[in-house]
Amino acid sequence: MTPVATLLRVEHACVRYALRGTGLFAPSRSLDALSDVSIDIAQGGRLGVVGESGSGKSTLARVVLGLVRASSGRVLWEGRPVDYSDAGDLRALRREMQVVFQDPFGSLDPRMTAGQAVGEALQALAGPVPSVAAQDRILAALSEVGLGATYAHRYPHELSGGQCQRVAIARATVARPRLLVCDEAVSALDVSVQAQIVNLLHELSERHQMSLLFISHNLAVVRHLCEDIAVLCAGRVVERGSRAAIFGNPQAQYTRDLLAAVPEADPALQRARIAAARRIRTQ
Amino acid sequence: MSAEALLQVRDLEVDFATSQATVNAVAGVTFELRAGECVAIVGESGSGKTQALMACLGLLASNGTARGSVRFAGRELIGADERVLNTVRGTGIGLLTQDPLSSLTPHLRIETLLTEGLLDRGLASRTDARQRALQALRAVEIPEPESRLRQYPHELSGGMRQRVALAAALMCEPLLLFADEPTTALDVSVQARVLELLAGVRDRGLGVLIITHDLGVVAGLADRVAVMYAGRIVETAATDELFSAPRHPYTAALLAAVPRLHGAAQARLAGIPGDPPQPAERPSGCAFAARCAAADEQCTRVRPELRPDAPAVAAVACHRPLPAAAGQR
Repeated sequence: MTPVATLLRVEHACVRYALRGTGLFAPSRSLDALSDVSIDIAQGGRLGVVGESGSGKSTLARVVLGLVRASSGRVLWEGRPVDYSDAGDLRALRREMQVVFQDPFGSLDPRMTAGQAVGEALQALAGPVPSVAAQDRILAALSEVGLGATYAHRYPHELSGGQCQRVAIARATVARPRLLVCDEAVSALDVSVQAQIVNLLHELSERHQMSLLFISHNLAVVRHLCEDIAVLCAGRVVERGSRAAIFGNPQAQYTRDLLAAVPEADPALQRARIAAARRIRTQ
Repeated sequence: MSAEALLQVRDLEVDFATSQATVNAVAGVTFELRAGECVAIVGESGSGKTQALMACLGLLASNGTARGSVRFAGRELIGADERVLNTVRGTGIGLLTQDPLSSLTPHLRIETLLTEGLLDRGLASRTDARQRALQALRAVEIPEPESRLRQYPHELSGGMRQRVALAAALMCEPLLLFADEPTTALDVSVQARVLELLAGVRDRGLGVLIITHDLGVVAGLADRVAVMYAGRIVETAATDELFSAPRHPYTAALLAAVPRLHGAAQARLAGIPGDPPQPAERPSGCAFAARCAAADEQCTRVRPELRPDAPAVAAVACHRPLPAAAGQR
């Protein structure tokens, strides 16, 4: 088997935010949102990054996308360091990587129909496309996320949360990026819709060899989608491994705690967990 | 009909008048709940579960009307005047909502948020109310409660805000707690804490009515589950029965959609194809028929009814139910 090339590598990324001091002469403080974080994503690979609020997982996504500058460390795209201060580099990267955020309504312009939203992304990323060809690509992108041609004329308020998220995915994938960053992209959805979107991301990733950087607080969701998983806690990677290793034999206590917190559809197991947790707290 | 039920909801219907038409959000819901019992209403967005809850509290939007009967501790709440409803809200029924940042008034300190219910109703003196606020914060395991009282909601983390909102909902010692998607906006680890606290609330003898779209969330907490679809309850059963042998195809589909830590990982998650029908487009037959693999001609023509006579007993509104588990029902 030929080794699969690495598409994205983050090396020793640190992000430090300066916090405002509490008084005029108070010492300035800082917060390490990311400390020495390294990850790899193979061509067509799917990496899950899991952690709680404040673990730095969204900051990591922002560093990769160039929305937050790392204080140290670097990002390599196909082995070449990315210069986020270079407009040309950044423009090229926008075509290669796209993002889907958590809030499906918030990430769409309320005054644009689904078709216009996808068309805008196509124009911006692929440059001027003849309008007939553009229309075909817009409809193809919508159809690929399970939305028929009639949806092209609907506004976000006429769509359900799941449908809005499909539009956001169509918009992000219309110019065929090689990496899709999903920042809690299914967390705000009903479980039934969440399952549809997870399956959709899986299909798109397989069909187009599109890599995923999938960020979530729920390990069970990640398990269905990602072969590789990094667990983040307080800005550090506390565990990294294959799906089999993370779920079969988790090493870090933090990973085990996250696993134990997943709400599983098993009454006996959940009752036992709640009872055990309450016993520990009352001791 | 059991006399000891704390909350009895009968044939509850909720309509909203819009400029175009009347939209029927809840189409006849019947259930009951006893003290010390936790009942879960599970359904997707738009199933009417939240509007059913709001109708019980008289908190529908101004274009909404409720019909049917909601009896709480022997009092009828549908059509009751504001004075009665105001006594019930907070002192009879506490409410915990999904988003603690929008349910906690941003410009009020935690102390005011916790004590205003007691003070406005003249139920406690200021010192007494403050003591009870401290107790309430300790009960939901908030560290350093004294300093928290002086803080504002935005200064707390999401998980802490939800625990403060729970403390606030319990300040006037209600008999019943309504929890509307109380864990949806939270991380799994914080979710688990909130579920523990809700289990504690139930064990203190309060009734808990929890609303969610995620069956996994209520597996360890609910004694009984009612599954709602397109404004109606389509199945109700004791929690263990419902999880081990769901009878309505929709219940089975909702269960299958919960991502799991065990079993085959590569297998596709079982999403439910399609979307629920809009209230105006609900068919005359079973509302789930269009998404159901087992549906036949009868399903599209005749609406299956839930047995309305015995709401505490397991029931399913389906012409083609899945088999009951051996030894049950």
